[in-house]
Amino acid sequence: MRHSASELMAKRQLKSRLSFGQTVRNSLTMAYRGVLKIRRTPEQLFDVTLQPIIFTLMFTYIFGGAIAGNVQSYLPIIIPGILVQTVIGTSIVTGVQLREDMDKGVFDRFKSLPIARIAPLAGALLADTIRYTIATVLTFVMGYIMGYRPEGGLGSVVIAAVFVIVCSWAISWIFAFFGVIARTASSVQGISMLVLFPLTFLSNAFVPVKTMPDWLQWFAKINPISHIITAVRNLINAGTIGWDFAVSLIGAAVIVAIFAPITVRVYMRRA
Amino acid sequence: MGHIQRTVSDNGHWAIEAHGLVKVFGDKRAVDGVHLNVRAGTIYGVLGPNGAGKTTTVRMLATLLRPDEGSARIFGYDVVKEPQIVRQLIGVTGQYASVDESLSAIENLVIFSRLLGLSRTEARRKAAELLEEFGLTEAAKRPLKHFSGGMRRRLDLAASLIAQPPLIFLDEPTTGLDPRTRNQMWETIRRLVKQGSTVLLTTQYLQEADELADRIAVIDRGRVVAEGTADELKASVGSSSLQLKIQQETDIEKACQTVEGVLKVRANVSLETGKITAPMADADRVTDLLIALREAGIHLAELSVQKPTLDEVFLTIIGHGVKEDGDIFATSNETTEVGI
Repeated sequence: MRHSASELMAKRQLKSRLSFGQTVRNSLTMAYRGVLKIRRTPEQLFDVTLQPIIFTLMFTYIFGGAIAGNVQSYLPIIIPGILVQTVIGTSIVTGVQLREDMDKGVFDRFKSLPIARIAPLAGALLADTIRYTIATVLTFVMGYIMGYRPEGGLGSVVIAAVFVIVCSWAISWIFAFFGVIARTASSVQGISMLVLFPLTFLSNAFVPVKTMPDWLQWFAKINPISHIITAVRNLINAGTIGWDFAVSLIGAAVIVAIFAPITVRVYMRRA
Repeated sequence: MGHIQRTVSDNGHWAIEAHGLVKVFGDKRAVDGVHLNVRAGTIYGVLGPNGAGKTTTVRMLATLLRPDEGSARIFGYDVVKEPQIVRQLIGVTGQYASVDESLSAIENLVIFSRLLGLSRTEARRKAAELLEEFGLTEAAKRPLKHFSGGMRRRLDLAASLIAQPPLIFLDEPTTGLDPRTRNQMWETIRRLVKQGSTVLLTTQYLQEADELADRIAVIDRGRVVAEGTADELKASVGSSSLQLKIQQETDIEKACQTVEGVLKVRANVSLETGKITAPMADADRVTDLLIALREAGIHLAELSVQKPTLDEVFLTIIGHGVKEDGDIFATSNETTEVGI
């Protein structure tokens, strides 16, 4: 059977622009790919499953007596702290995996397809919210097993969980940016850890800020991670939504507004 | 779907027009002013040694890399100004399989189909169809990690064909494949062109370009150093040569004189093989030569005519440094045995 070359040309309608709907569909397909990858290589979930369990146990029993008098009264302080630290720490993986992915041949194919340029990035970031969800659920479950009963009730725990996942998704754009500019996956890991380590520890995650020296208090108070943690504590321990909650969400929106466009631009230039 | 033969007007249609493409990496001009014109419905071979700029050229034509200078159009659409349209017209199969290692064959094809706008059921059907066509149905659900090189390449090619693009780029489609798998790949490529596609193929195997390509561009150090059909390229190097093997070694001297006398050319004698080789400018003269040899009582063991091979073309054109390790190129031996 022979077809002419012009026949192959004629039956396609060429579009120079993609609709918004198509962009969303492309991104969801890429997210589906991310989910399939997680299902194929469950070992990459080790960090999000083991870290909440080990950190919660370790920090609670080490610091509990010293900081709050006993383990029970330390739980309302430490659980939000570990939750935020773990979930945001997980968002580093987004950048690392993005770099690894971009080094593979399959990204050439994505770039050569007539799809939305942002889809491979948006899809990867979307699929990673699954990891955040796993880490969030496990941290709360560990807390529950150790005797933590949030006074805000189940409703506020769910809101807090969604809140943390949204903030982490926003922050993961920063690491995605590192991912597209870095040369190797391990350098992404290195830079990201360097940024994240001080941010999570120089905060109110584990100890009350007032026990720190003045200059450190100053930093711990403006640290965005502290705001997220305070917001989560208010929510699950008292059921209130306050200023910290709003500030965190505004901060998250600003991060996305800055990093999403520049990440996509760099990614496309490298494309 | 009509069954129209390729018409003349199609042949007047350019699938690729590239003018003065340049790409500089650091201080290396990887591609240094490449001109290419490829007619729709043909196979075009880009031939060159490693690092000649083949892949970089393909990546620029396939919108994966921005040219530093020059311009290129695919079916009339500019690769820099209208990349989104160009991407709807091309399929790219990279040098390293551009498929997802951690997923299965069917998952790969379904994802690419979905990205190309097929519905879930259409995507499944298309994936199954392509797997069947490329003989991968049995391995459909296995992760690619366990695939052989040949299977990976086939899957890669299948993925490029989902949207039935009118132009397909194949970057070294058979490098590293065993001869049997390579032949299967060639069959597939020929079938694609029968179905109306245009194929641009890069290769470092002379034989492959010779077998498949309607036209060949020889590329070296980022430049096109020769262009034409395989026969034109061979003709540019010189005429065919006549090879004679004599039964009695003692007759060689005399035979050589006879050849030079009748054909009026210089003949070479290879002592290792005991063969006389002479350029054959005029095939008609060979009759005279054979009669002369019989009259002189010289008996032939073998007679053959050899066209110049693409190897010779390649070595003559590129000339530098490859002569010593010429074996890296698959040879195309075009010796035509003439029975006596």
